[in-house]
Amino acid sequence: MTVLHSAPKFASNDGVIEALSVALGDVVVATKEEHGEVVLTVARDQIENVLRLLRDHHEYQQLMEMAGVDYPSRAERFEVVYMLLSVTKNHRLMVKVSAAENTPVPTVTTLWPNAGWLEREVFDMYGVIFAGNPDLRRILTDYGFEGHPFRKDFPLTGYVELRYSEEDKRVVYEPVKLAQDLRQFDFMSPWEGAEYVLPGDEKVAQQPAPPPVAEPKTTEKKADTGAGDKANDKAAQPSGDKSEKGDDK
Amino acid sequence: MSIQLEQSPTTGDEVITNYTINFGPQHPAAHGVLRMVMELDGEIIERIDPHVGLLHRGTEKLIEHKTYLQALPYFDRLDYCSPLAMEHSYVLAIEKMLNLEVPIRAQYLRVLFAELTRICNHMLNIGSHVMDVGAMTPNLWLFEIREDCLNFFERASGARMHSAWFRPGGVHQDVPLKLLTDIADWLDTRLPTLFEDAMSLVVDNRIFKQRNVDIALVSKEDALAWGFSGPMIRGAGIPWDIRKAQPYDVYDRMDFEIPVGTNSDCYDRFMVRVEEVRQSARIMKQCLAEMPEGPIASDDRKVVPPKRGEMKQSMESLIHHFKLYTEGFHVPAGEVYVATESPKGEFGVYLVSDGSNKPYRCKIRPTAFSHLQAMDFMSKGHMLPDATAILGAIDVVFGECDR
Repeated sequence: MTVLHSAPKFASNDGVIEALSVALGDVVVATKEEHGEVVLTVARDQIENVLRLLRDHHEYQQLMEMAGVDYPSRAERFEVVYMLLSVTKNHRLMVKVSAAENTPVPTVTTLWPNAGWLEREVFDMYGVIFAGNPDLRRILTDYGFEGHPFRKDFPLTGYVELRYSEEDKRVVYEPVKLAQDLRQFDFMSPWEGAEYVLPGDEKVAQQPAPPPVAEPKTTEKKADTGAGDKANDKAAQPSGDKSEKGDDK
Repeated sequence: MSIQLEQSPTTGDEVITNYTINFGPQHPAAHGVLRMVMELDGEIIERIDPHVGLLHRGTEKLIEHKTYLQALPYFDRLDYCSPLAMEHSYVLAIEKMLNLEVPIRAQYLRVLFAELTRICNHMLNIGSHVMDVGAMTPNLWLFEIREDCLNFFERASGARMHSAWFRPGGVHQDVPLKLLTDIADWLDTRLPTLFEDAMSLVVDNRIFKQRNVDIALVSKEDALAWGFSGPMIRGAGIPWDIRKAQPYDVYDRMDFEIPVGTNSDCYDRFMVRVEEVRQSARIMKQCLAEMPEGPIASDDRKVVPPKRGEMKQSMESLIHHFKLYTEGFHVPAGEVYVATESPKGEFGVYLVSDGSNKPYRCKIRPTAFSHLQAMDFMSKGHMLPDATAILGAIDVVFGECDR
């Protein structure tokens, strides 16, 4: 695919996946190159060794960023993504592991000191545990906060709100009370496979099936229309008569 | 009878213990809401534990509930000192996923205004840095330049700070010719006069140097290991600038220099920023000289909405306009990490799309996170008043750090 966009252009991805797959061996679970980005998925318990190898032997000197992503439908619902940068090769690489709430990811603070806060943030937002991180406190949320707010099942409005209470002369925490319902607009076109039931469609499912009848009604003959004898007689007349009548009008 | 030496009243039987103080969250030198728990031995800093997150607004979660275009104004509110630089990473990330071509005039306009943003940001940082170490006047002069910059933003987008002017596919509106000529005049006359005047008071000032030279030395190895970027890594002597190394928009056509430090102290970081202002002015002049005519946004009507005038004339445009401002555009599934050189360092956006009209995940890489984390090791052994100089040289803004 020709590159039309004007996003930052780093060194070519050609051969990177092959070289790294050979170097890393069978700890690599999956590789892909998409939208000009190389993504390696590796085994969770080997992440520290993988990143050490990439840093020491493949010139990825900097850990620029770590991101958590939540996919609630998966068995191991979280992904932890490490963005590496090589300032000598001028190349970027993403390395991924998957994790669940109860499966700790080995820390990489042993390799890069700035991983400390990055791991704290992923822990704070998603609840992924990093085994070996010496200071795994919350970082961005409030002191005494409960829950992991960036999980997909955490509501956007949260559970508690705080205000300054004039009576108590201090800040008090209360359950969230919304003056107006949270408005979630869904602009997806219903003709393009909406996930919800269209208004009115729910009645179809609720309606009980009609009771069975001994003789199902059919309209194979004109006499079966059920409009009465008069209409049947009229219908039985040859079609030529009808058209003549029509012409008279 | 021998002379009795006067004894210190505390000699011998008392143990002086370290004590812990809170620096911030409401402190003018904390550059926002930063709380630093400092352990001091007298006036020497033993340990710093920065507590961030007091301005955490959950931007990334809010973005997951908005369409791609609706999420754009959140980026202005991250680093509110350099709003357009924040938008730049985001629109480039979307364009990378869509593989969308941006017209050349729009790329020039983006680079022009990204550099104006850099000047605007550095005016605030340089000014507040010198004020943190005791000088008052330069800050007032530099704020005049900042005021001019904000006026230019207003004339381009209608908003002084939260412009929302970079859009996926280009920019929102074209600029009038008079604005470009005014910027050119300003670059030739007002900017150099005010800026060089202010700098002549600072750069060779004895007091300023005493407060900054040899403060918070960082080796090249440490700068790499701690994930430094921007003026912090260049101050440490590593010539790394994403505009040069991984050019985006029309930076590859620009002729500019990357200043680097030699001593990697607070003074070098300051001087790197000072030189960057001059280089930004140089890039802006090239943009103005080469500014091509043409469209300012892609004509891909599945991404970029038509102009209002066109919408009133054509049925198809009306449909596109309606669809793009309600449902928005869909982005193909996948993930990208796009980082640009914001005035403070590498500002990255990790965007995950599931093919719908809203981002599945939008992780923002703030520049301040790595730098502020290094506060502890940079400040160790320095005096308490040096902490403000170190913090000033980091250039931290909490809208971006806490998101």
